[in-house]
Amino acid sequence: MRPLVALACGTLFGAGLTYAGMTDPARVLGFLDVMGNWDPALAVVMVGALLVSLPAFQWARRHPRPLLDTQFFLPERFRVDADLMLGAALFGLGWGIAGLCPGPALAGLASGMPEVLLFVAAMATGMSVRSWRVRQRARAGEFECKS
Amino acid sequence: MFDAGLRAALFGGLMIGAAAALFYWLNGRIAGVSGIFGDLFLDRRNGHSPWRLAFISGLLLGYLLVRAWRPELGQIHLQTNPAGMAIAGLLVGYGTRMSCGCTSGHGICGVARISPRSLAATGIFMLAAMITVALVRHSGLLP
Repeated sequence: MRPLVALACGTLFGAGLTYAGMTDPARVLGFLDVMGNWDPALAVVMVGALLVSLPAFQWARRHPRPLLDTQFFLPERFRVDADLMLGAALFGLGWGIAGLCPGPALAGLASGMPEVLLFVAAMATGMSVRSWRVRQRARAGEFECKS
Repeated sequence: MFDAGLRAALFGGLMIGAAAALFYWLNGRIAGVSGIFGDLFLDRRNGHSPWRLAFISGLLLGYLLVRAWRPELGQIHLQTNPAGMAIAGLLVGYGTRMSCGCTSGHGICGVARISPRSLAATGIFMLAAMITVALVRHSGLLP
């Protein structure tokens, strides 16, 4: 049942991204280009998403567990640390170059465009390098993300 | 006030928010694409591959369904050359793994949870991306 829910939610997510125009790097960079002919679409998408997700996540706090599992799976780290800030900055740099972030890149794989596949392959490589570095160091407090 | 493109953006956003909400209510999981995708090949615990693979497959399926219904949607206009795509992909992969999330996990789910880490990450990656675009398009420093 849970994989079926994941498929349905992934499909709704991918359809929403595509319908909103967010699978097009031109529209994403149109939003990020605040000095140019600014396109507010991405902000409208975020507001639309939060209109639903904000009350939904707050409402979930009143419940001990989700409908189909024994607990809510949340990140175990709470501090705003250097890894978070540097990682977000590196992500933003890449996002600003290509106009692609992980969701739209994976949805856009279905277009069959080789450049999108190249981006996704490079992204998987970057994730693997980071994971490998964390495991190499394995010092106290070093942290691997979990989904 | 809203043109057709922005109405579509709002409706698409509502769909994304609903997907994140349902995934959390039903499966108790954050709909964070970078984490789900990365852990597909980086998390060695057993038993998690089916739902991760299903979610990621759904992203592609959703794209195809919208294109089948409205062929004019889902166009992809590339903004950089293949070398740029490769460098950007590496940065996005490394950075999202380092900060434990991307636009979906931090920007939509984390902000909805009012998580300080996600609020900080979202502000930083938005700002970094805007600065990058300003440098690429308006600084005259790059070829």
